[in-house]
Amino acid sequence: MSAVTTTSAPKQRRSKAPSPSGPKEKTLSRVGAITVMSVFTLYFLVPIWWLFVAASKDRSQFTNTNPLWFADFNLIQNIGELLAYRDGVFLKWMLNSAIYAGLGALLGTLFAGMCGYALAKYRFPGRDAIFNIVLGGVLVPATALALPLFLIFSQVNLTNTFWSVFLPSLVSPFGVYLTRIFAAESVPDELIEAARLDGSGEVRTFFTVSVKLMFPALVTVFLFQFVAIWNNFFLPLIMLRDEVLFPVTLGLYSWNSQVNQIPELRAYVLVGALLSIIPLIILFLLLQRFWRNGLGAGAVK
Amino acid sequence: MKTTPRAVAVALLTTTAIALTGCSASSESGGSADAAECTPADGAVDLTFTSWIPGIEEVVDIWNAENPDIQVKVQTGPNGNGGTYQNFFNQLEAGNAPDLGQIEYDALPNFRVQNGLMNLADCEEVVAAEDSFVDWTWGQVTFGEEDSVYAVPQDSGPMALFYRSDLFEANGIAIPTTWAEYEAAAIKIRELGGYITNFSQGDINQFAGFVWQAGGSWFENDGTDWTVDLTDETTTTVADYWQGLIDRDLVSSYPAWTSEWDNAYNSSEVWTWNSAVWGANSIASGAPDTAGKWSVAPSPQWNAGEEASGNWGGSSTAVFTGSEHPYEAAKFALWLNTSEEALTAMNKSANIYPATKEGLNLPVLKEGVEFYGGQAIYDVFAEASAQVSPDFAWGPTMTQTYNDVSDGFKAAVSGNGTLKEALESGEKATIDALKSQSIPVKE
Repeated sequence: MSAVTTTSAPKQRRSKAPSPSGPKEKTLSRVGAITVMSVFTLYFLVPIWWLFVAASKDRSQFTNTNPLWFADFNLIQNIGELLAYRDGVFLKWMLNSAIYAGLGALLGTLFAGMCGYALAKYRFPGRDAIFNIVLGGVLVPATALALPLFLIFSQVNLTNTFWSVFLPSLVSPFGVYLTRIFAAESVPDELIEAARLDGSGEVRTFFTVSVKLMFPALVTVFLFQFVAIWNNFFLPLIMLRDEVLFPVTLGLYSWNSQVNQIPELRAYVLVGALLSIIPLIILFLLLQRFWRNGLGAGAVK
Repeated sequence: MKTTPRAVAVALLTTTAIALTGCSASSESGGSADAAECTPADGAVDLTFTSWIPGIEEVVDIWNAENPDIQVKVQTGPNGNGGTYQNFFNQLEAGNAPDLGQIEYDALPNFRVQNGLMNLADCEEVVAAEDSFVDWTWGQVTFGEEDSVYAVPQDSGPMALFYRSDLFEANGIAIPTTWAEYEAAAIKIRELGGYITNFSQGDINQFAGFVWQAGGSWFENDGTDWTVDLTDETTTTVADYWQGLIDRDLVSSYPAWTSEWDNAYNSSEVWTWNSAVWGANSIASGAPDTAGKWSVAPSPQWNAGEEASGNWGGSSTAVFTGSEHPYEAAKFALWLNTSEEALTAMNKSANIYPATKEGLNLPVLKEGVEFYGGQAIYDVFAEASAQVSPDFAWGPTMTQTYNDVSDGFKAAVSGNGTLKEALESGEKATIDALKSQSIPVKE
């Protein structure tokens, strides 16, 4: 879904007077930049606006009222109907998504962080080879891996289980890449050396010292991974059969494919789509402080 | 700590190895399509069934309560072309397909060609049920051959004419009973600022229904070879007819089931829709402001006095190769699609229109429908169902055929090329697709 577009929101906060220390800019180019940015912000926000307006409408008003403005405001009632439909299966899907994405991103970030840290801070044979392989993994789209994964999971009878979606979500080559770069820059060798002299084991050093220094990068990886899992659609589509295991993307999609038969599903899909992006928006707002730092820190140092 | 990356490397290599063996092993596990040994199992049996009918769980619950020895577990997902068919093929490849699956008639040949379907011709109860199904639906699952029953028909989509009775009456236009009258009515309606109907952009399924009604057939299989003919005389007649309406701007061309499409019907811009039985809900939900103003009449005919009807949609319940319990699976499929309680429940939960003769007379289908001014519209469709030709057959690569032709249709509607050209190129592409899959084609 279009949740990624919310990244454009933070940009607006920079529209104050230019800071005295910053590079000087011409008024004309500033106006130009702001215009371009406003146009894009609008471009990104209009679909969400439309979704919000549409979700607030009564079903009969949906076709014959202005698509970008409200008719009767029925949002609360629509949400109530959605949550009640089929014994609240939608809530179950939201919960599934939260578990797949929350837990998956958390563990995925941890593994990527450990891997990136090890690649950055330890010298061992084959280090570059491993890093290059992981880097190659960034280039392989997750969609292309879904089918081979299905065949592998079939061999061990794990298709149509929680694990078939959860386990592949733990892998984040991009996270390894980012944390490696970041660890190399922000965790000084001297500090690790000092910790060793103080008698701290490698694991303890990692969790008590290095993780804190790598925190901005880890938050960034977590966010990317969370969004990727939340929006992942193809893997669950291939792996899952049981409705109770569906993440919200797949659930809404399967409803949407049945609109011909059960027209009221269209309204549920719209309201459901609106609700499904709310966790992403909240997460971005909560964590933007960290992840903006994270992206910037790696770039300049 | 140094071991960690090494462990990662080892893990990576093992995964790759599994991936490779996984790919090579699975290609051997394709099943054969021999007739199933249809004998009851000794003990209790668990079956899995994949369908995308909303609310199917409750229907199956009825069965499970009555049959403690044959428990069915339902799995649902998006509709067939929305991913479920592809999943079926993947599962057949991996050897873990469900026992039963919902498959639309137009996709059945594809599954058969891939050896995915179990032939139920040895299951006496299935064969004995032939007479309870509407004739043409049985033809869809047997492919018109002896000793073959590749699925149990589930629902059907006989076509009839939805029309705005209030507008026709107010403007003194007679309800067209032939396609020639339909054209004449189209001209009058256009003068009044409306359109007689909407020719959906890229919707080849509706067009296939028109061809079906006219007596055409696109595919034929003589046991070994396939014949593809999307440009026979009948199809050409139908294509030329609609091309004429499009060229003279007598029909609108919104993509179906979009907001514009809903709005065109809701705002009285479009007056009729020659559609399948399930279309009754599409109008009722898409055009709520026109409640009570619609009626249903038999489809216009090519020659006055004829009684032919087309079909649009419909699906079946198939037993996949690899199921260990074809007897029980077939038994369940029969119950699901013939028993009054199951048919009533499916009609209630998802407007499923039955494929059995008795099912067409379900009490729920005899009632008047408020949206249609209280008319008992399903009587019209029950009649239409009996008038659908049993000779229309689908090909084994319909998804591709649909895509190719519908691209051409979209272009034709916007003035680039014609429907006939789209069908010609679709035919060519279909023959190529069959050949590339080593399916024998007669030219």
